[in-house]
Amino acid sequence: MITSKNEFLYFTLRNTKLKVGLVVIVFFLLLTFIGPLLTDYAPMAYVGPGAHPPSAEHWFGTTTFGQDVYTQFVYGLKATFQVGLIGGGLGTLLGLLIGFTAGFRGGIIDEFLNVVTNIVLVLPTLAVLLIIAAYLQVRGVMTESIFIGLTSWPWAARAIRAQTFSLRTRDFVDLARLNGMRPLKIIFTEIAPNMMSYLFMTFILQFGGAILNAATLDFIGLGPTTGISLGLMMNNAVLWSALHLGMWWWFVPPGVAIMMIVGALYIMNVGLDEVFNPKLREI
Amino acid sequence: MRSYFGRKLVIYALTFFLAVTIDWMIPRFMPGNPVQVMLARYGLRADAAQAMLSYYTQAFGLDLPVWQQYLNFWKALFHGDLGISMYLFPTPVIDVIKNAVPYDILLLLPAILLSWFAGNRFGAFAARSKILDNSVLPVGYLLTATPYMWLALLLGWALGIVLGIFPIAGAYDFSLRPAFTWRFISSVLSHWFLPFASLFLVQFGGWAIGMRNMIIYELEADYSHYLEALGAPHRLIRRYAFNNAILPQVTGLALQLGVIVAGALATEIVFSYPGIGYLILQAIQNQDYFLLQGCFLFIIIGVLIANFLIDVAYVLVDPRTRMGMQGETA
Repeated sequence: MITSKNEFLYFTLRNTKLKVGLVVIVFFLLLTFIGPLLTDYAPMAYVGPGAHPPSAEHWFGTTTFGQDVYTQFVYGLKATFQVGLIGGGLGTLLGLLIGFTAGFRGGIIDEFLNVVTNIVLVLPTLAVLLIIAAYLQVRGVMTESIFIGLTSWPWAARAIRAQTFSLRTRDFVDLARLNGMRPLKIIFTEIAPNMMSYLFMTFILQFGGAILNAATLDFIGLGPTTGISLGLMMNNAVLWSALHLGMWWWFVPPGVAIMMIVGALYIMNVGLDEVFNPKLREI
Repeated sequence: MRSYFGRKLVIYALTFFLAVTIDWMIPRFMPGNPVQVMLARYGLRADAAQAMLSYYTQAFGLDLPVWQQYLNFWKALFHGDLGISMYLFPTPVIDVIKNAVPYDILLLLPAILLSWFAGNRFGAFAARSKILDNSVLPVGYLLTATPYMWLALLLGWALGIVLGIFPIAGAYDFSLRPAFTWRFISSVLSHWFLPFASLFLVQFGGWAIGMRNMIIYELEADYSHYLEALGAPHRLIRRYAFNNAILPQVTGLALQLGVIVAGALATEIVFSYPGIGYLILQAIQNQDYFLLQGCFLFIIIGVLIANFLIDVAYVLVDPRTRMGMQGETA
């Protein structure tokens, strides 16, 4: 007998998109944790001759100043996952709270939250982050993630609001309400479980979006002032003319990693959509 | 329709108000005094620095009550006065920005519109076609997941440095002066191509994938199955699906604007292309807060205007908004 859980598992294991995405993510996660163990250097230390192409000694070559690119890369990966997790998590959480409240309450609260959502939606996120970051003299990865999370929730809120709206008029929710269930309990026991897949997918998209946002911010020179990140590597590469000097090993690895991680997340997202939504499965 | 635009305009007015307030607030409530930061860079003697500090504090009106400063900020704004750039002293910020904006328009407008049209066409074409779906679409996912500046770096490196086909810095050859000659125009075009191509490609991937997913949703909708059951030709069903799927893509364009602008900023930095993005980098590196404030305002205004144009376009393509019914974005 096939229960619904088994069915999801069955389609999960059969879905190539999901499998490919997962393998890529797990690979980079492993690299994040194991990578730093394989290097003797500190990410910002000057450890060798400058501007050297990849060699046995320095796997990804060195920067103009003789910093080890591989070391910066694996430490930068950590910052990338951190931003994704915290920024994406915060964005999802805020979107969830605001979307649920607006969709479930309706009326004037909905109107108000809608206006707020629309305003933040129209404001170009990066321009706001830019002006905030420019005035903050000391910034860490954590600060950056929080700011990204605080500005990236609107589309999630909007999507979740629409979902909640369509769910709250269903019979089983009415029934719960007639039974005198508290609104919070209705949200958590009746509505949320029906949106779990949707929420998970929102989180994945927010995760990827936060990574890309952080990369752009770091690249413009408004990233963390302490430590290293993939965007910061590209920023340094451009500032010190790696492009003109043909030092491809400096700027290629960070971009490849971001592209692979975010691309894998997007592909996983479509895979999940196919698992949860039978209509989309390829026959 | 009137209420649709009315709502939108209220939102835009509020957004503009909020943006200007943020713009005004941040240098005043952040730790550190921008005037002091600026003076510190000149390395003046203590007494000279003190005199300069009081002069600038007065000149920028930082000694007035806060509410007065706020009103003055708005007043100056409506007179087109955004202060004077520190880094390009004594050029007014508004002039610095005016010189940069044409390049942004030259770059962004074609990149946004062409990638949107091409991406949607291609996505609709690729949906549910086994071969394209498995070969081209994974590339689309990677493209849309690529940071703009990295693609710009790759293209610049491959086509500019290794193959030497395109120049990779500036908006035109440094030996030329702006003139309406064929030589100058071709120089502008060859400098324009790489930033344009990197913006185009990343967006193209996003639109193609969005459209592909939308079309699949539409092809599984009841009306499609009904048409199929009636024996309607596939082309007709696809056309209906396309017409329905294009609406969220119009809304999507409005949602994406901020991201695209951010991407353009980063791309301009890679190619030293003298638009707003390049200015922002200069402003940050030289701690030129007035220039930064001005750039921020210009981005906001640009995005708001673009949003409004998209709203107009939405009313044109979605009859429901015209009939007084609420459309998707209302």
